[in-house]
Amino acid sequence: MTTEFETTADETTADETKARPDLMANPAYERLERQTDEGTQKLTVEHELVVTGGPWPELEGEGQTMIVNMGPQHPSTHGVLRVMMELDGETVVRSKPIIGYLHTGMEKTGEELTYVQGGTNVTRMDYASPLSNELVFAIAVEQLLELELPERATWIRMLMVELNRVSSHLLFQATNGMDLGAVSMMIYGWREREEVLRLLEKITGLRMNHNYIRPGGVAADLPDGWQADVLEICDLVEAGVAEYDALLSDNPIWLERTVGVGVMKTEQALALGVSGPLLRSTGFPWDLRKAQPYLAYDQVDFDVIYTENGDVFDRFRIRLYEILESTKIIRQCVEMMPTGDYRIQDRKVTPPPRARIDESMEALIHHFKLFTEGFKVPAGETYAAVESPRGEIGCYLVSDGTGKPCRMHVRGPSFYNLQSMSPMMEGAMVADAVAVISTVDPIMGEVDR
Amino acid sequence: MSDETTDDILDTAETATAVIDDDIAAALLERFAGSVFHRSHGQPVVYLPRDQWFAAAQTLRDDQDMASCMDITAVDHLTNVERVVPAGVDAERFEVVANFLSQRRNRRIRVIAQVPENDTTIASLVPLYIGVDFAEREVYDLMGIAFDGHPDMTRILLPEGWDGHPLRKDAASARVPVTFKEDPTPR
Repeated sequence: MTTEFETTADETTADETKARPDLMANPAYERLERQTDEGTQKLTVEHELVVTGGPWPELEGEGQTMIVNMGPQHPSTHGVLRVMMELDGETVVRSKPIIGYLHTGMEKTGEELTYVQGGTNVTRMDYASPLSNELVFAIAVEQLLELELPERATWIRMLMVELNRVSSHLLFQATNGMDLGAVSMMIYGWREREEVLRLLEKITGLRMNHNYIRPGGVAADLPDGWQADVLEICDLVEAGVAEYDALLSDNPIWLERTVGVGVMKTEQALALGVSGPLLRSTGFPWDLRKAQPYLAYDQVDFDVIYTENGDVFDRFRIRLYEILESTKIIRQCVEMMPTGDYRIQDRKVTPPPRARIDESMEALIHHFKLFTEGFKVPAGETYAAVESPRGEIGCYLVSDGTGKPCRMHVRGPSFYNLQSMSPMMEGAMVADAVAVISTVDPIMGEVDR
Repeated sequence: MSDETTDDILDTAETATAVIDDDIAAALLERFAGSVFHRSHGQPVVYLPRDQWFAAAQTLRDDQDMASCMDITAVDHLTNVERVVPAGVDAERFEVVANFLSQRRNRRIRVIAQVPENDTTIASLVPLYIGVDFAEREVYDLMGIAFDGHPDMTRILLPEGWDGHPLRKDAASARVPVTFKEDPTPR
């Protein structure tokens, strides 16, 4: 970005264009035009600046705005988000999120992996809640295969996804605290999250990017004594939530910083395609777990948390209390976990048990074929959606009848939620903009894919 | 998958278009000539003519209370030789797919339009659903389908000045070699 340092007189742009056509050929200049001249939103300013370092020209007089880039290396942007902000003093006049710094072509990669390998790819999209990604991909594949899962597999999936929701919301509490200056909150949040991740590691073998939920069931059964471990985590997390609640919910500094900041209305949120805690904070109790139950969510008792104000404080509160709803579901999973198989026993989809490979040639062939060629999926298309900690995560899967998807598209909730950032920031201070970015809770791996 | 099973799928896909058991889809079919209903794994899908794309979305938003367009994406069927489309749909190389959701009615519908290879444009839904702004830019960036009426039809994920559209099937991955700045000298 070397060409972004530009100054131009706003009033005489049209004349200048005629006089200096070579200036318009500069792509940086075109982008500047878009930033400044949008019909009715035209600003009464004399100078437009794009600053990415170097000497700043002096600003003279009132009503002059400046375009400043926040990120892509800013610590409060949770990765590599860049926000172009037009500032009038400390006030954000307009802003535009610029993404793509973490784009690694995962949807293209998804077309080159078999359905067996696909899970390893999608799990790396939303790295804070990888199990939701695996779940939505597995559900989409199972819809195309028209598979019916054993009951235990769906309950294990539900348990794992809820544990992951807890760890993801704890991550949010930690980073949100850090962004708004409550550094002790950051330490507490990481502390409890680490315990949850340790449990996930014990069950799946990995802290993150588990590839645990696979088409046809889950990768392995729960380890011996999992009930005690899970209940211990529930106790720990519930005590932690009480602690955070006491620390922040009535804290005058925290309230000052969050209440009434970054307000969004329900109709705005719906038109923006926003889902998850952001939508629920506007007073709209929409949760796919209740509205369109998948797995066994219709058999467990939990509440959809929603609030009325749609501000930063509400989004913080929703995520805090959703942790308690998740532990409620987890406790019911421990109680009601059915016996049975943890995956379907279909040799075309799931590998044979390890012990069978030593004694059966057929089992060896199945195992080999599955992990080299994968399995073929009947031609068709489907869209599966589940409620991830960030909102509706969807997977649009098109099969052409071969062993690899023709198209594997993931609708990342952060990708859509990110668009709500600009309307929420408008007219706010720069420090509030940080609060808004923080409570949108974007995971850039999922935004850029 | 043996050949027999593929034939079965072809047969069922072609015969399953008759029953329209979804009132939202029925409303679309009644209003827009040339649209075809299909039920894909239990989900209602309407194949629309490309020139009805915007009008159909407007109907969904204003008459059917579809408050959100949850997703817009596109599919390239260049290499899909045994492609299955419902009867009455003229298959083209590209498909643009939009998923609509009505939270108040708790209903979903998916609409699909065929986009030919030699004219990769379709109407933008941004005037109706502001939230598809990023999604349409992503489709433009990765699949090269331009949305008419989009306020900012620029690349979103790839750098400006990138050559080609990587999600197209004729764009091989790793075609563009990755160059690193300040390559280390050979050891």
